[in-house]
Amino acid sequence: MAFITIAVVLRLPFDVYEEMLAHCLTSLPEEGCGLLAGDALTSEVKRCYRTRNVAASAKLYTVDPLEHLRADRDAESNGLEIIGVFHSHTHTDAYPSPTDLAQAPDPGWHYVIISLRDVEPVTRSFTIREGSPQEEPVVF
Amino acid sequence: MPVEVRLPTMLRSQAGGESTVTIEGKTIGEVLRALIARHPGMAGQVLNADGSLHRFVNVYVNDDDVRYLSSLDTPVKDGDQVSILPAVAGGATS
Repeated sequence: MAFITIAVVLRLPFDVYEEMLAHCLTSLPEEGCGLLAGDALTSEVKRCYRTRNVAASAKLYTVDPLEHLRADRDAESNGLEIIGVFHSHTHTDAYPSPTDLAQAPDPGWHYVIISLRDVEPVTRSFTIREGSPQEEPVVF
Repeated sequence: MPVEVRLPTMLRSQAGGESTVTIEGKTIGEVLRALIARHPGMAGQVLNADGSLHRFVNVYVNDDDVRYLSSLDTPVKDGDQVSILPAVAGGATS
């Protein structure tokens, strides 16, 4: 299936970003993860849902499925929808790994990666279609 | 018996943009097969070619993951809410 690539900007309120970053830092030494809720049409994040990494690993993450269900319902009840996921890379670049690319479920989602390898966190966002990442600017 | 099926965003385009559809069935397997029969574009994203549940999809009856019940044989009753969600996973791996 062919997709038309549309350049988008992920709009991420700084207070939401701070919550995402804090969750990733407190999840160390494991990867932290969570879901992003907002407006799919404008790519504007309204809030995040911090979720448990049931993989409990420094190299892998799996969003707790039941927390995903509850976040999905909560977002819908507030007029939002889940538009993406964030996770940390504890020792590597903020770039999708082969595992990230292979397991990206939704071509419409935003995949935010926070690298904690260096002193200063590095945050990048991507869309992933058919296993191919397309970076998108993040506007805080 | 009719149950409401909540669709993830990745499947909504196959259902005319609807976030929920009402499907008849007595088990999760019947509901999912009927869903795919109505929206053939979902084939391969929900069930594998052999009819088993796709490993990158989680299916719930109300709050219960069907993998911890009777999987596709899990019974559903009138008024149950079935939710289909993608399994969200990845990681740096190296």
